[in-house]
Amino acid sequence: MSLLEVDDLHVWFDLPRGGQVHAAAGVSFSLDPGERFGLVGESGCGKTTTILALMGLLPPNASLAGEVRVDGNNILAGGEDSVRAHRWTDIAMVFQGAMNALNPVKKIGWQIAEPMAFHGVAHGAAARRRAGELLELVGIPATAGERYPHEFSGGMRQRASIAMALACDPKILLADEPTTALDVMVQAQILDLLIRLSGDLGLALVLVTHDLPVVAQVCDRAAVMYAGEIVESGPMETLFHAPRHPYTRLLFAATPDLYGEDEVVSIPGAPPRLDRNRPGCPFRPRCDSAFEPCADQHPVLHAVGPGHEAACHLTRQPAGQAP
Amino acid sequence: MSEAPLLEVDRLVTQYPVRRSLTGRLAREPRLTVHAVDGVSFSLARGEMLALVGESGCGKTSTAQTILRMVNSTSGTIRLNGTEITGLSQQQMRPLRRKLQMIYQDPYESLDPRFRVQDAVEEPMLVHGIGSSRAERRDLVISALERAGLVPAEQFLNRYPHELSGGQRQRVTIAAALVLDPDLLLADEPVSMLDVSVRAGVLSLLDGLRRDGDMGVLMITHDLSTAAHFADRIAVMYLGRIVEQGPARDVVRNPQHPYTRALLSVVPNRDPRQRSTPQILQGETPNPVDVPPGCRFHPRCPIAEPQCSIEDPFLRPPKATVAPDHEAACLLA
Repeated sequence: MSLLEVDDLHVWFDLPRGGQVHAAAGVSFSLDPGERFGLVGESGCGKTTTILALMGLLPPNASLAGEVRVDGNNILAGGEDSVRAHRWTDIAMVFQGAMNALNPVKKIGWQIAEPMAFHGVAHGAAARRRAGELLELVGIPATAGERYPHEFSGGMRQRASIAMALACDPKILLADEPTTALDVMVQAQILDLLIRLSGDLGLALVLVTHDLPVVAQVCDRAAVMYAGEIVESGPMETLFHAPRHPYTRLLFAATPDLYGEDEVVSIPGAPPRLDRNRPGCPFRPRCDSAFEPCADQHPVLHAVGPGHEAACHLTRQPAGQAP
Repeated sequence: MSEAPLLEVDRLVTQYPVRRSLTGRLAREPRLTVHAVDGVSFSLARGEMLALVGESGCGKTSTAQTILRMVNSTSGTIRLNGTEITGLSQQQMRPLRRKLQMIYQDPYESLDPRFRVQDAVEEPMLVHGIGSSRAERRDLVISALERAGLVPAEQFLNRYPHELSGGQRQRVTIAAALVLDPDLLLADEPVSMLDVSVRAGVLSLLDGLRRDGDMGVLMITHDLSTAAHFADRIAVMYLGRIVEQGPARDVVRNPQHPYTRALLSVVPNRDPRQRSTPQILQGETPNPVDVPPGCRFHPRCPIAEPQCSIEDPFLRPPKATVAPDHEAACLLA
C-alpha cells in the first residue's frame, strides 16, 4: 500500500449552457513517502484539476468519480466531510501564484500560525514558535515572521507560502507551478528547497508544471498528461531517453536545451476540446506516427517496461513492424 | 564595413525618479533615482538576432522601451540606420516608428478582444496612412498574415482573438507589425506566455523573418536556452549593464563573467542524467536605486577580490582565448 493512491479519477465540469467538460479522465498514480513525482503537460491538460480534486477544492460545478486513498482510506468517499479531515493535515498544496495571494495586511508569522489553530495543531505561543521554526526550515530567519508580505521579495514570499502549506505537518505536498513566475536563480533556490524538504521530512511531493526540464531535475518519476489523461508515466530517465508515446518525445523535442544541437520543433495543431466525446486517440490529429487503429480505438495505458506505462497503439506493434 | 549597423546603442542611460510622498518632500528626503539602464552599448545588424537576457529588473525591457522612445533616455545615443534618434521630437519620431515594431509578451492582452483579425492587422496601416483603398489594405493584411504563418489567411480574417490559440494570437500581433514593413523587431518575451509545444513555431517564424526579410530582431528573454538556440548573439544584463556579450554559442559554452556562469549553471537540463550542481547565488539582485560601488556584481560574486569593490569594470575582450566580439565586464576575466 502506498502513501497516496489515485485510482481512476474522473472530473467533469458542468458548463453554464449545458454539456460537460471531461477535464480528468481516468487518472491513476501512486506515491510513497519521500518520493518526488511530476505531473507534466500543457495548459488545459487537466493537471491542476487533478490535484485540486485531491484537495477536495473543486468548484461546485464539478462532479467526480474514482478513488483517492491516503494510507488506504478513500478520502473522497464521503464528499467534503471525509476530505476535510485530511486537507492540510495529510495533503497540503502550494497554489499557483501562492506568493501573490498572501494577505497583505497580516504579518507572515500570523498567516502561517492561523491554520495551525484552525486545525487544532497548535495554539497561541506554541503556534507562533512553530511558525518561526517553519520559516527557518524554508530558509527565512524566524524573526521575519514579524514582517508583512510587501517587505518580502518574490522568492521569500514563495518560501513563506511553502511554510504555510507545511503548517499542519502534511505527508503529501502538492505544488502547482511553484516556480513559474520566478527568475531562474530564485527558481533554483526554490527547487533546491523542495528537494531538501522531501528528503528531510519524508514528504511525498507532486510537482505540477509545464516545464519539462524542471521536472527532469527534481522528480524521480513523472506522468505526462494530455487532454485529461495520463498518456505516459515512468521513471524520469526512461521518459527522456526512451519515451514510448509520441507526445512525450515531441514535447521533449519542443523544449530547447542550453547545449543541445538538435533542432527545436513545435508540435503542430492544438489539443482537442474536452466537451465532446471523441473516438480514437486524443493525440492522433497532432501525432507524427498515427496509423489505422488510432482513428477509432482509444488507447489505454498499459505496461511497456518496468514501472513504465504508455497509452499508445504503437507500443502494441510487434518490434520491427513499422506502421 | 562602410554601411552603418541597423541599430547602434552607445552608453545609453535611462533613469526614473522615485516618487516622494508629500511628507517625504516636506522632510527633505533625498531625491532617489532608479538606474534602470546604466550605460548600455551594443549594435545590431540587419538579418541578425540579438538576445538580451537577464533576470527581472535587470533593465532589459527598459532598454527596449528607450529604443522605442516610449521613455526618454537620460544620456547616450541610439542610432537607427545611422540616424541619431535620441533627440528627435515625438513628431519627428512618427515616420521612424514604422521601422521599429514591438511584439509584446502576452497576446491575450495585446490584442483588442473586439477587433477581428483583419481589423487588428489593418489598424497600424490606418495610423501610418498606408494603403489607398480598403481592398489594397486587405491584400496587405492577407500577405502579412501569410508571412506570419497563418495560412490560409482568408480563414483567419474574420475571427476574433478568443477563437484563436495562444500561438495563433501571437502570430497575429507579429502580422500587425509586419504590415508596416519594419527594419527592427523588438520582441519582449515573445513566447513565455505560450504553451511549450507551440513556442518553437513562433521563434522559428522570427528566425525566418530576420533571415529572409533582412530585419533585425532584438529579443528580450529570461530563458537562456531559447536565446542559445535562436539568437546569433547574446548580451547578458545585470543591474542595468551588459556584463557579457558575444556569439550565442560562445557565451553559453565559454562564459567569462561569473554572473553568466552562475546563470547558466541554474538552467535546468531536460536530461535527468545530467543533474548539474547549480551554483546558487545568495540573495537577489540589489535594488537599482542603490547600485553597489565598483563592480555592481561584487556583493554576490563568488570570486570577488578587494579591487572589485572599487573599480567599475567595462566591457572588453577577456584574457582567455575567446571568439572575436566576445566581451566581458569583469576585472578578473
